[in-house]
Amino acid sequence: MRRHSVPMAMLGRLTLIAGCCGPAAARADVPMTYLRTFGGMKGLQITALTWGLLILSIVVVVITSALVLVGVLIRRSRAGAAEREPVSQTGSGVQWIYIGVGISTVVLAAAMVWNGYTIAAINSPPRDPRLTIEVRGHQWWWEVRYLSEDQSRIFETANEIHMPVGEPVRFKVSTADVIHSFWVPAIGDKIDLIPNQTNTTWLEAGRAGVYRGQCAEYCGGQHAHMGILLVAQEPADFEAWWRHQLTPVSSADLAVQEGQQQFVLHCGACHSIRGTRAGGRLGPDLSHLMSRRSLGAATLPNTIGHLSGWIADPQRVKPGNLMPTLDLSGPELASIRAFLEVQK
Amino acid sequence: MTVGTYDRVPALETGGHAAPAASQLTRLWESKPGISGWLSTVDHKELGKRYLATAFIFLALGGIEALMMRLQLAQPNQHLLTPEQYNQLFSMHGITMIFLYAQPILSGFSVYLFPLILGTRDMAFPRMNAFSYWVYLAAGLFMYASFLVGAAPNDGWFNYVPFALKPYNPGPNMDFYALGMILLGISTTAGAANFLVTMLRTRAAGMSINRLPILTWGTTTTSVGILFSMPAVSLAFFMLWLDRQFGTHFFDSTARGQPLLWQHLFWMFAHPWVYIIVLPAMGIVSDALPIFCRRPLVGYTVVVLATIATMVMGFGVWLHHMFATGLPFLALSFFSGASFVITIPSAVAVFAWIATIWTGRPVITTAFLFFAGFISMFVIGGVSGVMTASVPADRQLTDTYFVVAHIHYVLIGINLFPVMGGLYVWFPKMTGRMLNERLGRWNFWMVFIGFNLAFLPMHWTGLAGMPRRIYTYPDGMGWGTVNMVTTVGSFVLALGVLLLLINVAISRRHGAVAGPNPWDGPTLEWTTPSPPPPYNFATMPAVASRHPLWEDRLEEGMGKSSLQRGMVLANGKEMLAVTPLDGLPDAILKMPEDSYSPLVATILMTAGFTGLLLHWWWFAGACVFLLLACLVVWLWPERTLGQIAGARHV
Repeated sequence: MRRHSVPMAMLGRLTLIAGCCGPAAARADVPMTYLRTFGGMKGLQITALTWGLLILSIVVVVITSALVLVGVLIRRSRAGAAEREPVSQTGSGVQWIYIGVGISTVVLAAAMVWNGYTIAAINSPPRDPRLTIEVRGHQWWWEVRYLSEDQSRIFETANEIHMPVGEPVRFKVSTADVIHSFWVPAIGDKIDLIPNQTNTTWLEAGRAGVYRGQCAEYCGGQHAHMGILLVAQEPADFEAWWRHQLTPVSSADLAVQEGQQQFVLHCGACHSIRGTRAGGRLGPDLSHLMSRRSLGAATLPNTIGHLSGWIADPQRVKPGNLMPTLDLSGPELASIRAFLEVQK
Repeated sequence: MTVGTYDRVPALETGGHAAPAASQLTRLWESKPGISGWLSTVDHKELGKRYLATAFIFLALGGIEALMMRLQLAQPNQHLLTPEQYNQLFSMHGITMIFLYAQPILSGFSVYLFPLILGTRDMAFPRMNAFSYWVYLAAGLFMYASFLVGAAPNDGWFNYVPFALKPYNPGPNMDFYALGMILLGISTTAGAANFLVTMLRTRAAGMSINRLPILTWGTTTTSVGILFSMPAVSLAFFMLWLDRQFGTHFFDSTARGQPLLWQHLFWMFAHPWVYIIVLPAMGIVSDALPIFCRRPLVGYTVVVLATIATMVMGFGVWLHHMFATGLPFLALSFFSGASFVITIPSAVAVFAWIATIWTGRPVITTAFLFFAGFISMFVIGGVSGVMTASVPADRQLTDTYFVVAHIHYVLIGINLFPVMGGLYVWFPKMTGRMLNERLGRWNFWMVFIGFNLAFLPMHWTGLAGMPRRIYTYPDGMGWGTVNMVTTVGSFVLALGVLLLLINVAISRRHGAVAGPNPWDGPTLEWTTPSPPPPYNFATMPAVASRHPLWEDRLEEGMGKSSLQRGMVLANGKEMLAVTPLDGLPDAILKMPEDSYSPLVATILMTAGFTGLLLHWWWFAGACVFLLLACLVVWLWPERTLGQIAGARHV
């Protein structure tokens, strides 16, 4: 596992961590820092302003701390005790306030102008987005729905968002329960998911890659494990992915067909898979599950081992999550796994 | 207000604390010895010390909660705490530090110091002062009782709905918080009204408002802020409780209630609250830093105006806590701009302190170190605040550890540092003994290093994208090392705070004996013996300048303050009332004796709230009835208070 040191990263030499990560992290190309952006023009504008304010802040802190330190060192009394140093009023000193506050005000005004300009610039996308994605928060996972003029192209997935590179994409966000916040730092800013309210924002990916996001508003017990992956793809790859998502998986394998029946029986009340009778709405849609990179809302890498462990005891990794432990027998579990394994 | 003809000409005596009337005054003002005196006292000095001690106990509890969380977060994927335990701990940590430590500790300083620095004998409403303290203690115990049933609040101090509503939070956790906050609000409101009237009416003769110490300006300003902001949060918590218990729909989104209404009501209160818990602390620095710089504060008038401006503007920035909630562009721009502008009055104070150091001769004591360190911490907390004032930057920064770092620079840097420094300054006044300076240096450096080790890197944790309020985090995110550093720093900080407690424990018995004025300070509290007698001043002082004890050296003001000769006012418990602006003598006030009423009222009120918590409606109703009876007893007109006709010349 490769790690970057903090000072190195602060110097802007932040290295990409390609598919690293320990047992509990799902795969993402970049960590969640937003001091380096992959978010197109919007990301650049936010990041530039953040850096600008950060550098300004550091300069202000260094100057004022130096003023305090140098002032104390130069002016310190040698008397040793307060009552031995005579009291005197040498000069009013108010020019310090006028000059200091004067300079601060000018700098602050400049920062305000930059801030106002950036607010206006990122408020709406440069052109009307072709694609709208609906994101709906649940305790503790993400429902994702791709909208289209063509009804037959609308579909649902979960916990992994794919979007084309180089164009603005509209996100309509809402929640099924409590307040959450949708945030993929390397691509752009966050937006809260609030009951009875549909918030709209837009994001643009500037470069292909897998970016990690996470719920940013405290939403209860498993807030810590409400991650999401955003996969930015070249437009052609994205189109292919969408087409693939619309195609139901079919298999002539008897074991798979048996597994499908077990799945519908045990899992179908909460989960759905397109093209089967499993149509539950309480849990994440599992169509093409094995084409996703993570399990449990970017909590575990999506391997068949982790999948088995998850189904057998979903409470171990993510205690308190709303998926019950089903007490499946060994053969039932194996059968369901065989069915899910082909949902690529 | 004009001064009319006096009904009585009070006797004048010379000799200050050696005045002949001193023994008579002691008899009048002293609380009874033993437990009965302890429970019924209305002496502001006793109550102030209790406020300080109680707030420090809550600081210790909140600190222990923080250390448990820091152990959990020291490494990725740890399992020392369950998610529910962690969520209760971070919620109670915030509630404790913000509501049960940060504001009450400043009330403690102000309750202790107000009458002494204003040159009077007690707060304007001594029994209400006792009531404020008891209710604060009761509200703290009420909220902490939730741990006993394993159901502490678990939705953070901000307590967002709908997670705080019954469908997601069926236990009593949120009821403890909602009712506890309403109870605490009663204490805070009563305290604020008391400070306000005390500052306006019970000062030394001649103490016009341009001669008030800055601490009194800070506390008075925030008292007005409390009176305007507290109703919002008390109402919000009451509505939350109604939603939870009686199925009203203020916030319930399933019945078209408004979850964002909660956020507005909460932050309308909670953003001013941030200024409420720092402005008096800034006042402590503005008053005490000059003592060690051996000169008056630079720019008294602008600092006072900046204090008031900060509080006023503090009511116009609450939306910056809600930049990511999808509010309209124009509203965001306005609140973003206001949040930038509020920095300017803070800059005034910073440059005033720096100028005081540069134009003075700083004497390095532990207290001075805390104040000098505070200036830098203040600036760090300030500039990170400016970053969150920017909508685009804040939508990245908000709900990350960057904001956690920011709030700790505000709360520890701007509150705890001045509080610790202030304790070194006024501990001799409270106990008659000095805190140990050698231990004090260790105390300061451990706190300073530990604090910065814990929280300076935490800005980076946030910039590296770590969200707040997560009980654990995965490996490989670049958060592990920096979290470990924070955990180490937090333990160093805790040891530093422990050193202060050890210093207090040792020095109150074995410290060097302090005279009336160990630091050669300029204001009236330093004319009294240490500790002050129950009546504070035997002869009422009259002041002619802002720095009565320095005026001969500064050639300040017109005429001379009279600190040794003044009115005795010993026909019962008496104080002088002055006109609000000019401080001209206006009336003689009859002050109440010690009383059990505040304590009994507190017990009945707390019992009533407990009834509401447990749904014992009849019990709660009975408590209300008894409380009304208690208030009748409390407020029954008394001859000694001049509340009965014909009793004016007792």
